[in-house]
Amino acid sequence: MNLFTPLSWNDSGFILNGILNTIYISVVAIVIGTILGLIVGFMRVEANKVVNLFLGSALDILRSVPLIIQLILFSTYIGALGHPMDPFMAGSIILSLYTMAFMSEVFRSGFESVPNTMRTAARSLGMTYWQTVRYIRIPIGMRAVFPSWLGVALSVIKDSALVSVIGYMELLRTSEQLISRTQQPLTILLGVGLFYFIISYPLSLYGKYVERKMSI
Amino acid sequence: MENYVFHWNVVFKAFPQLLGGAFTTLHVSVLSMLVGIAIAVLLALGKMSHSKILVMASSSWIEIARNTPALFQIYMAYFGLGAFGINLSPYFAVFSALVFVNAGYLAETFRGGFQSIPKTQYSAAKSLGMTTFQVYRYVILPQMFRRIYHPMTNQFVWSILMSSLGILVGMNELSGETQRLQSVSFRTLEFFIVAAVMYFVITKFVLLTSSLIAKRIFKGDIA
Amino acid sequence: MIQIRGVHKSFGDLEVLKGIDLDVEKGEVVSVIGGSGSGKSTLLYCINAIEPINGGEIIVDDINVHKKNTDQNKLREKLGMVFQQWNSFPHLTVLENAALAPQVVRGLSKKDAFEIAMKELEHVGLGDKFDEYPTRMSGGQQQRLAIARALAMEPSYMLFDEVTSALDPELVGEVLDTLRLLRDDGMTMICVTHEIAFAKEVSDKVAFFHEGLIEEIGSPNEVLENPKKERTQQFLSKVLH
Repeated sequence: MNLFTPLSWNDSGFILNGILNTIYISVVAIVIGTILGLIVGFMRVEANKVVNLFLGSALDILRSVPLIIQLILFSTYIGALGHPMDPFMAGSIILSLYTMAFMSEVFRSGFESVPNTMRTAARSLGMTYWQTVRYIRIPIGMRAVFPSWLGVALSVIKDSALVSVIGYMELLRTSEQLISRTQQPLTILLGVGLFYFIISYPLSLYGKYVERKMSI
Repeated sequence: MENYVFHWNVVFKAFPQLLGGAFTTLHVSVLSMLVGIAIAVLLALGKMSHSKILVMASSSWIEIARNTPALFQIYMAYFGLGAFGINLSPYFAVFSALVFVNAGYLAETFRGGFQSIPKTQYSAAKSLGMTTFQVYRYVILPQMFRRIYHPMTNQFVWSILMSSLGILVGMNELSGETQRLQSVSFRTLEFFIVAAVMYFVITKFVLLTSSLIAKRIFKGDIA
Repeated sequence: MIQIRGVHKSFGDLEVLKGIDLDVEKGEVVSVIGGSGSGKSTLLYCINAIEPINGGEIIVDDINVHKKNTDQNKLREKLGMVFQQWNSFPHLTVLENAALAPQVVRGLSKKDAFEIAMKELEHVGLGDKFDEYPTRMSGGQQQRLAIARALAMEPSYMLFDEVTSALDPELVGEVLDTLRLLRDDGMTMICVTHEIAFAKEVSDKVAFFHEGLIEEIGSPNEVLENPKKERTQQFLSKVLH
């Protein structure tokens, strides 16, 4: 009896599912992480020292503990509470928070790059505080940091592979299962690598292009 | 949380093993940085060279390293190379993957640092009669070093954090050791909390030391 | 002395110098004026061998600058050069900036190098700035540092490439004062400059460059007060309004 069955076209649905799951969880984490990061980044610019110290330490933990440990801890903790969580849910929560930690730094430097004179000018036109935030500081600050934002987003796509450890069937876990069934690690892994590369490389080129255009 | 009772005793007893794991983590990160730096210098020079082949080869390494997940690199080293009859130990698989990625990222850091030094610094130093070697030794490299210092520190921290992926190939660094110990005792939460704290302490220690060193050796501003 | 004979220089297809002849005697101050792109800065770069030439020759004392076996680093020790952008070394203090080349190029001990550097810094009026970092200083101060840095090599000649063009107007005076100081010391200088009044005051000779050639050369009185060539007249009326 043959224990292993080689890779075949019948596997394409399975692989596609893995690809879609990788894209799905990455997009969720990037969107939520960006929104939270924007809010937290703004708070870090505006808040007083005490709030800043608290926020800073919380973000520090997210950035200084390996993502894989965070994922394991969170899903174990939820399990210990007696309400196991679906891997997608648990993965999205941790990956979003992790993304937020990096995005908040990006947006903080974006807000800090908006010259005070622009705020003064906007206020002198009769804009309220929130109007200057909405129409001046967010648009100008966000544009300035677009390349860094893209950099973080790309690293999130790559880091999403780690969600496989808590059982989410993204691309890498899919390929792991295929490898153990087919014993064709090289073919499968090269395919996986190619997928990430095809997504990440053009976007990183675009980021460099925008950066160059902005620096002129 | 009412059903879960923390038991810390077993974790404290295993603390020496955890420290051993932490040592392996530092070990693999430091080594992968050192080798990564050496290769990165070559890659950066290759990418700035006039030889099309060298530019292509360096760019390929750099772009593959930057645009694929670290976990993929580790799987490639651990499972993928098996197809060529190369079977790496878990330590060496993680080490090679980290070297590969570090070299790719640092090469771009070095190239950017070099190109950020204005050409006029070179002509000013030359006009004072310095040889090309002296220009690099006393004017270009010291300035370049300041610009790449913080990105290098960040890359080192990244290596420490990413070496945790060793857990997936059975390496005995901090995460792998934690995994092994918890599987014997089933105090999963306790063990991983302690591991998380240890990573945090290591990372903070590295960042703090790095900025203390920076304060001592870098005086003056960079325009 | 510096002898420049039929120097040609091209950047790709663009010929910037089309046969320049110029003598600079010991102790002389020569000002070079002309529109942008006339090749006047390029000539300085060629004298200092930062740019190679395509024809002719440049002789500094006995050294044929562009001959194959010439030690150009040795040559540059004779020639001090100051650029439009001051190019301070940002990682070194003011004193270290001025002492670096004496130490590594001339091989002086640290003590001797610092002594010379201090003397030259005091000479240009930066005696109170030794431990400052240049990026915290004004452009005028940094430009004076660049002059002191070049002087610390004890050069026989100084080349100035539009050293006041990048300065705020209120800082031009202090740098020009430093140049006057050098002239009074008897330094041999070639000044590429836009400051016509200054050129008139300090120069022994003024050369007007136009499209890679010396259009007119002579005493400040001849070239600046009574120019014979139409192009010189046009240029002067433009810059003097």
